[in-house]
Amino acid sequence: MENDKVITANELTKKFGDFTAVDKISFEVNKGEIFGFLGANGAGKTTAIRMLCGLSMPTSGAATVAGFDIYKQNELIKKSIGYMSQKFSLYEDLTIKENIRFYSGIYGLNDQQIKKKTQSLVEQLRLEGEEKTLVRSLPLGWKQKLAFSIAIVHDPAIVFLDEPTGSVDPITRREFWTLIYEASARGITIFVTTHYMDEAEYCNRVSIMVDGRIDALDSPANLQKKYSASSMDEVFLHLARKAVRSE
Amino acid sequence: MPAVVVENMVKTYGAKKSVTDALKGISFSVNKGEIFGIIGPDGAGKTTLFRILTTLLLADKGKAFVDGFEVVKEYKEIRNKVGYMPGKFSLYQDLTVQENLEFFASIFGANINQNYELIKDIYGQIAPFKDRKAGQLSGGMKQKLALSCALIHRPTVLFLDEPTTGVDAVSRKEFWEMLYRLKEQGITILVSTAYMDEARLCDRVALIQKGEILSINTPEGIIDEFKKPLWAVKADEMFSLMNTILADPLVESCYSFGQYHHVVFKSHKNNKEELEKITAKGDFSEVEIHAIKPGIEDCFMALMANR
Repeated sequence: MENDKVITANELTKKFGDFTAVDKISFEVNKGEIFGFLGANGAGKTTAIRMLCGLSMPTSGAATVAGFDIYKQNELIKKSIGYMSQKFSLYEDLTIKENIRFYSGIYGLNDQQIKKKTQSLVEQLRLEGEEKTLVRSLPLGWKQKLAFSIAIVHDPAIVFLDEPTGSVDPITRREFWTLIYEASARGITIFVTTHYMDEAEYCNRVSIMVDGRIDALDSPANLQKKYSASSMDEVFLHLARKAVRSE
Repeated sequence: MPAVVVENMVKTYGAKKSVTDALKGISFSVNKGEIFGIIGPDGAGKTTLFRILTTLLLADKGKAFVDGFEVVKEYKEIRNKVGYMPGKFSLYQDLTVQENLEFFASIFGANINQNYELIKDIYGQIAPFKDRKAGQLSGGMKQKLALSCALIHRPTVLFLDEPTTGVDAVSRKEFWEMLYRLKEQGITILVSTAYMDEARLCDRVALIQKGEILSINTPEGIIDEFKKPLWAVKADEMFSLMNTILADPLVESCYSFGQYHHVVFKSHKNNKEELEKITAKGDFSEVEIHAIKPGIEDCFMALMANR
């Protein structure tokens, strides 16, 4: 990997006909960072993430993820990343243990590794005794914590989290962020989008997309200084308000 | 007469081994013309409550009245008088914007011209797209169409189930501005949300968690109920600061809140010195300690922890 950069993007662009969803974005994410990828609905975040995950080909520009080229090596990218979102996480009709086994298998873990991972995951999330519970019976907060843990079961270089903390209660939300910190401390780079501006403060650096471009990229503290704001909420409102596009 | 009255409402889903107590006996009332917030996370019972009040679901126990009518025996009258915007977009994706509005108007026997004044501000923003199929609208436009269709018959009570979930901060602000204008027209509005900060925007709120009401009050009243001093602390190493603070036996709670940790001690007295001792012990630098007023989220978490 070049210089410990887990993501490099250079004028990355995606057009759909006349519409430019992602407009020449350039940025880098360092190994072990917690990187917040913010923007209003319709700003182009999901399109950008799909390109970075190897799910969609760019129209132009260049990027590498986990050191792999997004045009030529997108299958290798998929093996090196984790992904979790509200809409796509676990199989509701499988048990906790079955979900762990299924995803671990997909990521290429052998039986012994699966056994070990299952044990440590269940312990870490305090789900002892619940291994045979169907995921659909779990409260949302537990599902989310489990989905996150499974998304990193193969210790990927980077995990993409698309609004992972949905509408859970404030205590569970913070427990989730403790899991994020622990993963980050283990060297997993975190790429997270969120609508909770207090969560933006937990990131090392934050980028804000407006109308397909990246209009701001810096640490939360520097952004607040730059825009004379006392919170990330104010920074966001300042930048996103002038957006022409809405979702 | 209050616009909405709920008495000891109970609703349970499932049977035998897999039972969910969605509502465990809740009671509250909403005054006419209020914006009343039902604040709580996923699974609290908000959607179940709204479905019962809009006569789409029967409670197992308890009574409820909307605009003076009883939800079981007088459901027909209620259905004429309430507007309902459920959590997911519920309009007809294959009908155009205008067709949806006309459809709902005709079902309610409402005259669009007569009532247009009420929805003018909202529908006016999507009127240029009146021939577009609803399924092809952006999220924000779908919200405006759903709201217009919920208002076209000039309801007396409006139920909005998590209208701002998944919506960014700018659009959320605009949506609340629309609600204030509706309130000025005298409509009683019940709105549910998982965003704690939206509680401030309501006249009164009920904080709800796992089928139980934790507190009902004005936003200021909720904050006044928080009796202990609250401290905001910051230092160079926030993660280890949290662990250091939590290790102290005098500390009741320490939660992260963006740039600061919010700390509550077990006792009621002023514990600033104690906090200074803790941060000195851990050898932290750039330490800041402020006494602050609690927000709704601080109050919610304290109430949750007491259950």
